[in-house]
Amino acid sequence: MLRLLSFTLFLAIWWIAALLVGGAKLPSPPAVLQVMIAEASSGALFLHLGATLARVALAFTLAMSLGSAIGYLMGRVKLADRLGDPWLILLLNLPALVVIVLAYIWAGLTEAAAIAAIAINKLPTAIVTLREGTRALDRSLDEMASVFAMPRWRAFRHVVLPQLAPYIAASARSGLSLVWKIVLVAELLGRPNGVGFEIGVAFQLFDTPRLLAYSLTFAAVVLVIETLLVQPFEARANRWRPRAA
Amino acid sequence: MRLEVEITGKTFRSAAGGTHEVLAPVRFALQSGEVGVLIGPSGCGKSTMLRIILGLDHDFAGRITRPPEARIGMVFQEPRLLPWRSVEQNVRLAAPDVADAKLAELFKILELEAHRNHYPGELSLGLARRVALARAFAVEPDILVLDEPLASLDDALAGRLRDEIATLVASRPVMTLLVTHSLDDAVRLGDRLFFLSPRPARIVAEVPIPIPRDRRGEAEIAAIKAGLAQRTQGDRTERDVS
Repeated sequence: MLRLLSFTLFLAIWWIAALLVGGAKLPSPPAVLQVMIAEASSGALFLHLGATLARVALAFTLAMSLGSAIGYLMGRVKLADRLGDPWLILLLNLPALVVIVLAYIWAGLTEAAAIAAIAINKLPTAIVTLREGTRALDRSLDEMASVFAMPRWRAFRHVVLPQLAPYIAASARSGLSLVWKIVLVAELLGRPNGVGFEIGVAFQLFDTPRLLAYSLTFAAVVLVIETLLVQPFEARANRWRPRAA
Repeated sequence: MRLEVEITGKTFRSAAGGTHEVLAPVRFALQSGEVGVLIGPSGCGKSTMLRIILGLDHDFAGRITRPPEARIGMVFQEPRLLPWRSVEQNVRLAAPDVADAKLAELFKILELEAHRNHYPGELSLGLARRVALARAFAVEPDILVLDEPLASLDDALAGRLRDEIATLVASRPVMTLLVTHSLDDAVRLGDRLFFLSPRPARIVAEVPIPIPRDRRGEAEIAAIKAGLAQRTQGDRTERDVS
C-alpha cells in the first residue's frame, strides 16, 4: 500500500515537472506510455530488453560463480590471499569504461567481449564480499563438523554455506545493480541491439520519450527481479534468525 | 578398543614472540567401557589436551593412539549447534544413520520431544546442552568426549542432566572422557580420575574408583570425596614439610 502511494507520488511529481519544463525536455507520463506501447506492439521493446537481460544473466552468473569461488579460496588459504590481493586491488579500481574499451579492442565488437567486460567489472566486488564472509566463518563449527567426521560436501552445505548466504545475497544485490549499469555502457559502445543501444540512438536523435520509454521499462524489470528473486532468497537465507520484535 | 594418550609437550608462540608451555608430559590410557575424568583448575590446558586427543590440533610433541575407525561423539563446552538448522536436523546431520526409534528414545530421555522443530536460537542453554548431548549419543560413539557439559547450569538441572548422562553412558559400551572442574560430577560419573596441575598441565594423581558406578549411593560418594579430600590435604602437608 505504502509502496503504491510512493509510486503515485513519483508519477505526480513527474507530471507536474513535465508541465513546467515542456514536452521536448521532459515528456509527460502518457506520452512516454504511448511510445512504450508502440515499441511493444512492434516487438522491438522485447527484442532489445531480451538481449540486455540475456547479457545481464550471463555476465552476472559468470562473475558471481567465479567471484564466489575465488573469494572463498582467498578467505580460506592465506597464500591465495597474498597472491590475489594486488590483482584484486587493481581490478577494483579499474574504471568500467577502460575494461569495456580494451575488451572491444582486443576481442573485437563481439558478444563474448561484451559479456566478459561486464563480468570483469563485477568480479572483484564479488570476491571481496565472499572473502569477508569466509574470514568471518565460525571456526568452532568447523571443528564440530570435523570431530563428527562430516563428509566435506555435507559440512560445506550445512555448516559453511548458510554462513555465507547473507554475503552471497549482499553480493548478488550490489552486483546486480552494478551489472545493470555497466551492461548499458557496453551496449552503447559496441552492440547492435539491447536497451543501451536504443538509448544511444535516442540520444543521437534527442528523442526523450523514446529514451524514457526504454529506461523506465528496464527499471521496471529490475524492480520485478529484485522483488521476485533477490528478496525472497534473502528472506529464506535469514529464516532461522530470531525475528526482531 | 583402547585410547592411549602420550603427549610429551605442547608449546605455543604468543603474538609477542615468546613461547609458552601449555602441556607438560601427560600419559594415560582408557579402555572401552571406562569413564576417565580430567579434573583441573580452569585455564590449565584441559581444552588444549582435548583438541589434541580429538585430532583438531596436530602441532604437539607426542602420540595419540586410537582406532582409526572409532566414531567420536563430542559435547563441547558451548553447545556448538548449527543455528540455521532445527534441533532434529542438527542431530541427523551429525548422525545420518540414526534410526527413527533410536532418535525418538534419545529425545524422550532428554525431554526434547517438544523441541524437534525448534531452532537453537529459540532454546535455553540447558536445552541446547541437551541437544548437544543427543547429537553426541545419536552417532553411537566409540569414544565420547564431554567438555564441561554441566557448566553454568543451575544445580537442580545439572543434577538431572548428570543422571541422564550416567544412564546414557551405561546403556552401551563406550569409552568416555569427561572434563570437569567439579569433584562431585567426577566422583558420580567417573571410573578413573586424573587430577591435573595448573598450567603447564601434568597429571598430579591418578585415582581409580573401584566401586562400580551403578552401586554408588550417596554414602559411598561422600566417602570417596572424603578420601580424596584427605589425600589432597596429605599432599599439601607433605609439601609444607619439604
